[in-house]
Amino acid sequence: MKVLYFAWLKGKVGIGEEAVTPPAEVATVGALLDWLSTRGPKHAAALANRSIVRVAVNQEYAGLEHPVKSGDEVALFPPVTGG
Amino acid sequence: MVRVQLEDFDVGAELARLTAGRTDVGGVASFIGLVRDLAGGAEVGAMTLEHYPGMTERKLAEIEAEAQRRWPLQASLIIHRYGRLEPGDRIVLVATASPHRQAALESCTFLIDWLKTKAPFWKVEETAAGPQWVEARDSDDDAAARWSPPRRIAE
Repeated sequence: MKVLYFAWLKGKVGIGEEAVTPPAEVATVGALLDWLSTRGPKHAAALANRSIVRVAVNQEYAGLEHPVKSGDEVALFPPVTGG
Repeated sequence: MVRVQLEDFDVGAELARLTAGRTDVGGVASFIGLVRDLAGGAEVGAMTLEHYPGMTERKLAEIEAEAQRRWPLQASLIIHRYGRLEPGDRIVLVATASPHRQAALESCTFLIDWLKTKAPFWKVEETAAGPQWVEARDSDDDAAARWSPPRRIAE
């Protein structure tokens, strides 16, 4: 699974992209965020406030219950501010 | 048509191209977004727009298709820049062409309202206090929410 970080999430985590292999029981976006938070203090800090983290799975917006699986591209970013 | 690009765009040339060779267009509406030098009272030197290549183009195409579905449009265009921009620089151009002004004006507003809340762009501003990520505004969500659920104008 490929995880992408954008905007200040990238700054806080310290990387823009990583390949991860979470355990099989990590099957939803919410579970993935919980698991990523355990990868280190930077991840934990970046994901501390879930209310300002948006998620896209395979480039479509996804909620916490959305399924994730091996091979997915999961992007984490703050609310968008284009235009 | 959707374009995501580093370089500036020529508004006149883009609008002319939108309706070139057609004689059935009644009106073109456009919106041009610019970089302001003030944000929340703090002076901004410049900003950098980051985006999510791939998803950005996909979302902009979806938003454009939704406008085409809701209004009788003859042509539409979204150009959004990324990278470092200075105050006064153009950020975004949205344009719509229709036989009648109401469809052109409404769909143009719809496109920029939805774009601001759905397309994956993020602005980081250079301020005296260092780089500051721009926070999303509730007023932008409210503006986008005006267009849901879908409604149709009288033709």
